[in-house]
This record gives sequence, C-alpha cells and structure tokens, in this order.
Amino acid sequence: MTETSTPVVAQPSALSRSFNLRDYGVVIGVVALVIYLSLSTSTFLTTGNLTNVLDQAVVVGLLTCGATLCIISGVFDLTATASLALSAIIGVEVTQAAGVEAGFVAAVLAGAGLGALTGFIVNVSTAVNAFIATLAVSIVYRGVALVITGGAIIYPLTDQLDGVQVFTDDVPGLGITVATATLLVVALVMGVVLWATNFGRRIYAVGGNAEAARLSGIRVGSVHIGVYMASGVCSALAGLVLVARSGGGAQANMALGLELSAIAAAVIGGTSILGGEGAIWRGMVGVLLLTLISNGFNLLGWDTTFQQVVQGCLILVAIITDRYIRRARST
Amino acid sequence: MMTPVAQRSGLGISARGVGKSYGGVSVLRDVDLDVRPGEILGLVGENGAGKSTLLRVLAGSIRPDTGEVLLNGEPAGIRTPKDAISRGVSLISQELALVPARTVLENVFLGSWDGWAGGHGRARDLQTFQRLQEETGFRLAPDAIVASLPIGRQQQVEILKALARGAQVLALDEPTAVLAGHEKEGLLDLIRKLAEGGTTVVFVSHFLDEVLSIADRVAVLRDGDLVATDDASSHQPASLVAMMVGRQVDVMYPTLPPVPEDAPVALSVEGLSRGMVRDVSLQVRAGEILGVAGLVGSGRSELLRMIFGADTPAAGRVLVHGAPLKAPSPARAMAAGLALVPESRKEQGLALTRSVRDNVAAPTLSRRRLGPFAKRKAERRAVADVARRVDLRAKGLGVPIWTLSGGNQQKALFAKWLLTEPSVLLVDEPTRGVDVVAKQQIHGLIVDLAASGVAVVVVSSEVEEVLGLAHRVVVMRRGRAVAEFAQNAAAGDVVAAAFGDEARNHD
Ligand SMILES: Nc1ncnc2c1ncn2[C@@H]1O[C@H](COP(=O)(O)OP(=O)(O)OP(=O)(O)O)[C@@H](O)[C@H]1O
Ligand SMILES: [Mg+2]
Repeated sequence: MTETSTPVVAQPSALSRSFNLRDYGVVIGVVALVIYLSLSTSTFLTTGNLTNVLDQAVVVGLLTCGATLCIISGVFDLTATASLALSAIIGVEVTQAAGVEAGFVAAVLAGAGLGALTGFIVNVSTAVNAFIATLAVSIVYRGVALVITGGAIIYPLTDQLDGVQVFTDDVPGLGITVATATLLVVALVMGVVLWATNFGRRIYAVGGNAEAARLSGIRVGSVHIGVYMASGVCSALAGLVLVARSGGGAQANMALGLELSAIAAAVIGGTSILGGEGAIWRGMVGVLLLTLISNGFNLLGWDTTFQQVVQGCLILVAIITDRYIRRARST
Repeated sequence: MMTPVAQRSGLGISARGVGKSYGGVSVLRDVDLDVRPGEILGLVGENGAGKSTLLRVLAGSIRPDTGEVLLNGEPAGIRTPKDAISRGVSLISQELALVPARTVLENVFLGSWDGWAGGHGRARDLQTFQRLQEETGFRLAPDAIVASLPIGRQQQVEILKALARGAQVLALDEPTAVLAGHEKEGLLDLIRKLAEGGTTVVFVSHFLDEVLSIADRVAVLRDGDLVATDDASSHQPASLVAMMVGRQVDVMYPTLPPVPEDAPVALSVEGLSRGMVRDVSLQVRAGEILGVAGLVGSGRSELLRMIFGADTPAAGRVLVHGAPLKAPSPARAMAAGLALVPESRKEQGLALTRSVRDNVAAPTLSRRRLGPFAKRKAERRAVADVARRVDLRAKGLGVPIWTLSGGNQQKALFAKWLLTEPSVLLVDEPTRGVDVVAKQQIHGLIVDLAASGVAVVVVSSEVEEVLGLAHRVVVMRRGRAVAEFAQNAAAGDVVAAAFGDEARNHD
C-alpha cells in the first residue's frame, strides 16, 4: 500500500479480478455448452433451432427479469405466475369485450396493479418473510383466477385470434419471433433501469442493507412496490405470450411453478440470493443456460428425466458459490 | 470478587516474514513480530495499516501469502481458525462472532462440543462457566439470550468463550472501541490479570494512552510494514503517533468558535419519549455543538434516532428551524435538513457488499439526476471530493466497502452524511475505530460545519471527546436528560452525573 499517502486512487480493476469466477463462470458454461452442442449435433446450429431456443426462453426469461429485480432488492415474488394467469385471464376477458389492443393494455395494467397490491401486502406484513407473504398472495390470485374462469379455459372471439397470436409471428427481417423481441426489449429496459436510473440504484441499496437504506432517506416500501409492479408487468407480458402460444386460451393454472424456474435462472446467473447484487444480463444468461440444457437433451436424444437433476445441481452450485464468496468476505 | 487465574504455561507467538496482498496491493510486507509468553503487546497503526489483517493471520482466519506463524519458535501449522483454537490461539475481533439467538452458556461452549454425541453435559458446562466467571469477575446470566445483552456484555461472552477453549494467546482487535469508560477499565484490569496468569495478549487499540498503560511492549505498523517494536515505558502517545504516521503531529482538539449571540434555534426537541427515553427536551442553536454524554444504554442513540424519525416517538415533537416535523420518517427529516450518522456501521450505516461510491452517494441520489437517470459523472466527482475531505483511504471508490479497514469505513459513513450538507447534524459515536490523526480531522470537520452555521449534536462514550468538541454537554441517565454542563466542565463531574446514584451500588 505504498500509495496510501495519496488517498483515493481510482484503480478498480485489481480487485475485481478476484471475482471473475463468479462473474463469468456461467458465461463460460454457456459458451462451452454452445460449442459442445455445435460439435456433437448437426441440428443445433440451424436457424430453425436457434430461433426455437430463443422462443422457448421467452416466458421464463420475462419472469426472470422480474425475479431479478425483486431478488436484488431483497425480496421474492412467488406471485409471479399467479399474476401471469390472472392478468392473462383479465386480458382475454377485456379482449372479448373491447378488442385485442384493449385486452393487451388491460393485461399489462392488471399485472402492474397486482404487483402493486403484492408489494403493498408485503410492506404491511413486514413481520412476515416476503417469501411466505407472496406465497400466500399467490394462492389468493390463483383462487381469484379460478373464480373468474370457473375452472374453464377462456378464449377470445374467433375473429380476434390472429391478433392475439401476434407474439408467435416472426419479426420481419430479424429472424426472431415477436415474443423473443419482446423479451429483448424488456430485458434491455430493465437493465437500463437497474444500471442507469436512481430507482435502480435504490433497488441495490435496499437489497444491500434495508435499514441503512431507510436511514439514508430511501423509501424502502416504495422501492418494493416498484419492483413488484415491474415484476407484475413482466408476468403479464409472459402471460400474453403463453396465451398466443396456446391458441388464445387462458386458464387459472397457467405456468404453474415457473416462478421457481425464474428464481433459479436468476441465481444461476449469479444474482445473489441474499440481495444487493446482481444484474439483468446475469438472469438472461441463466435462462439461456437452462434453455440450452433442455434443448441439448432433446437434440441428443437423452432421457429428459435427468434434465431436472442437472438443473437442480446447477442451482446448488450457484448458491454454494454465492455463499462461499460471501463467507470469504466476512473473515 | 476476582479469584486468581490459574497459572498457565506461557505460549509465545511469532510472525515470520508474513506478507499478504489483496488484488495486487500488499497490505502486510515481511512482518517479523515476536510476542513473548505472558506479555501484553500493544499493536498500533493508522487506519488501514494492517493491524486487523495481522491478527487474522496469527489466528488462522486468513492465510498469509508469504511467511508463517510460529508458536514457541516452532512452525505452528495453523491453517484455519480451528487449528488456531486447538493450539490455544483465540481472536476476539471487533465484529463479535456470537450466535445472537442462543444463550450465553451455549455461546461460551459453542464449538467445544466434540463430535455428534456432544460430550459436554450442561452440568459440566455450568461448572466451568461459574469457575470462569469467578476468574474474570463477570456476572453474566448463563441463560440470557445473547442478542438481548448490551454490546459490552456480549464482548464478555466472547472472552469467556475464548477462555473456555483454553486460550493461551488472546488477540483482541479494538476491544475497547465499543465500551464506555468504566467498562474499559474493567476490561483492561481483566487483561492485566490474565497476562499475570500467563496468557499472552496482543492488543490493538486507537486509544494510545490505554495501550501505553496496559502494554509491556508496543509494535507499530505503518502501511503494512512493522516499523518499530519497543518497550512501552519508553513512549508517550505523541511518540507513538510520530512512528505511526512517520512525522510529528500535534494531537489536540480544535478551538471552538463561539456561537453568535443572535444565532437562531435550529433544532428544538420537546418532551420526546419512547421506550426507555423519557420526556427529553433540548434546543440547539445554529452554529452550536451540543454534546450528549451518558453510559452505554442510557438512551442517547435512541434519542438521536427519534429526532431523525428513524423511530416514531410515543410522545413529544421535533422542530427544525421552528417548523415541526410531522409524521416523522428519515426521508422527511432529511428534507428538513437533518442528517444522522448512525452508531453501527454494519447494521445501520453501510451496505457492505456495495461499493464505497454507492454507499456514500445513497442519501443524495435525487440531487444528481436527469429525469429518472443518475448522473454518474457528477456522482463520481461529488464522492471523490467528499472522500478527500474526510481523508478516506481506499484502493478506489468502486471497491466493495467491506474491503476497507474499519476506520476507513467509518470515514466513508461520515462522508456519506457530509455530502447531504445538512443544517442539523446528529452524530452517534463519530470516531469509533478511527485513528488519532483521522479523529482529529473528523473533529475539525465537525467544528468547521458548526462554524458555517450547522447545528450539531454529538453523542460519544468518550467523555473527553464530548467535552473537547461541544459548547454544551447534556448528560443522559436511564432515558432522561439529568444534567447540563458548560464547555469547560470537569470530566469527573460529567461522569458522576452519568452514573448518578448508580455510582454507589454499581457492579
Ligand atoms: N478482503 C480484503 N480485500 C481487499 N482489501 C482488503 C481486504 N481486507 C483488508 N484489506 C485492505 O487491507 C488494508 C489493511 O486493512 P486492516 O483491516 O488490516 O487495517 P487496520 O490496521 O486494522 O485498520 P483500522 O484501524 O482502520 O481497523 C486496508 O487497506 C484494507 O482496505
Ligand atoms: Mg482493524
């Protein structure tokens, strides 16, 4: 430390070098998998397959954007797919009544509203862990969805089907679907929010130490409502994609359990489960890894039952790495 | 009360050529240090000099890049804290390592339960516990939950834990930083007694007179180099400071400019109550520094938190520049011009995994924005400026704040609130863990702020600090403001007021 006499020299690169494993381990994993699949199959590197891989990643990808925001701010959103189902159902109902555009808008607004409600409930039940609180709320949302649909699959009117299924169309000239494009835009926007806005900075501050953030004048409750709303919008968009894929149908038990895959993807990408650290691109890399694995199992003709074992192990590795890094710090 | 400590055969511990670097920056270089059996070695140095790092190396919690640790001259083969403990070396770090939700007894014997079967019975543990309490003169209830104890008592648990493991070498990292005056004396007496009984002690502190009063020898670290080891008796605080910083420095309190006659009241507290705090009223004028003294647990921090809106008062109100704060919250208090530098860095002050810059910028984000976007360049500049003002020393402002030494974290915390340019500044233990020179700088900053018209309330467990820094001192006892002193009061009177009638029957 010869330079301590000149305080505060900017030279951040030296320290960050020691965190490379956490930062880029999962990226290396994805690259390795891509190389392996390209070499061992003839089908992987085809436009058709790659478009397909991206398209498959969309729903979990959207949910992961929301999950990442929540986790960084130190909370979980187990309502994600219940909100997805409920806002999709509201979207379809409104579509029937007022047309496709109105239905899309209604779904997104419903997602935001449900998110705000979830955030509000989490705030007033501070004594309860957000995990449990949102678990309870998710059951309520699914219940409401069931009440609205009466347990049936609901569809828009026949002449609206084309409009509703726009997400499965290709974006002209880009070789990706509208759904994939939606994910890319959402991920980009969320990434910019996290990285470049004051709201994003507050998300990290709250997740890093909620009490310190509160004493810094940051309204922790508002930040949480904000992330739950963002998560709700992501859920609603994911819901619209699913509706489009299932021929326009929406039902109460859509995407059951996918909220856990989203949390898993965020964590595999290297977003800390303890809050305060992470990034959208990490979640996207995590989603890509999970999707490539399942694509690989299909292409290679492996028994897909092992897929879950692999995914579970990946989550464990990610969490243990996180703990290990945190432990190394606290000594 | 204290029975003699069982005589232990002394164990000497040495560092041989110890070097350690983090990300290419060396924080310890070729350190050779011999601590003789049964002696008390005082280890001093500026913030970031490497004291904590050296203690961690001795206690096996980090492995040095070069060199080794010897016990009685033999390579000790210490690779983990567990190795160190089994060889009789225990570290009491500043951040206590207890299990807060469990009892005192469980914590004391934590880790000494061998194997799954748990060879220890409660009866036997209790017996050992009582013996250790008699040796140390502590009076802890074995079944008290650790989290419910004040920090000074928690530290006692940590010491019992070390003794229960049969520690022959005790490394203490700034153990007195969190203690009030009388608790400090108690701890120093205990350390002396343990050393007489043959325990080898390495003692780190920024209170240099304390170090000189207790240590047989002193060792000085400067920027990772061991620059001197010498008999304590041949030194004065000033000579230690000179070795620590490598030049002559006068350490004294800054001169306080008088409060202007016509200075308006900036902060007015009327009958605040909550929990143990009862009906406290006070007024601070613009440009005035009000000191708040009292024992640990007398309600000083609770009072500051209430003024700042961190806790909602049960009764009473706070007026800033004559306007009452309605529906108190930190955000509203800040909008009114208040700032609170909280007592605990780890719990209330900093997000340890975030960068220095993120931490320092957090309260002022909304001042540097373009619509929803953060102005990063302005932020870099603002944070760099304020870091320079507090003499923050770090490898860069983008590094995670947990990598900074304790004293530099404290400076960052102060910088964070300095940046808000408050008109009423509340500071709780502003110089905890800060070295003598930096302490003087922080004092200088506080006085400069006052001179520019800021009203300041300073809480400190160091009576000298309160008296040296404040125009007026209020003493709190058991949640009430019980006495007030002028600037030139005698320290003894302030302490007596803090104890009140407890002085007669205090343990
Ligand atoms: N894990 C780490 N990663 C990077 N740098 C570190 C790490 N631990 C310590 N340092 C650096 O090593 C230097 C010495 O730190 P150390 O905590 O030993 O100082 P110290 O003498 O105990 O200071 P203080 O009096 O402020 O407690 C500091 O510059 C600190 O930033
Ligand atoms: Mg230290």
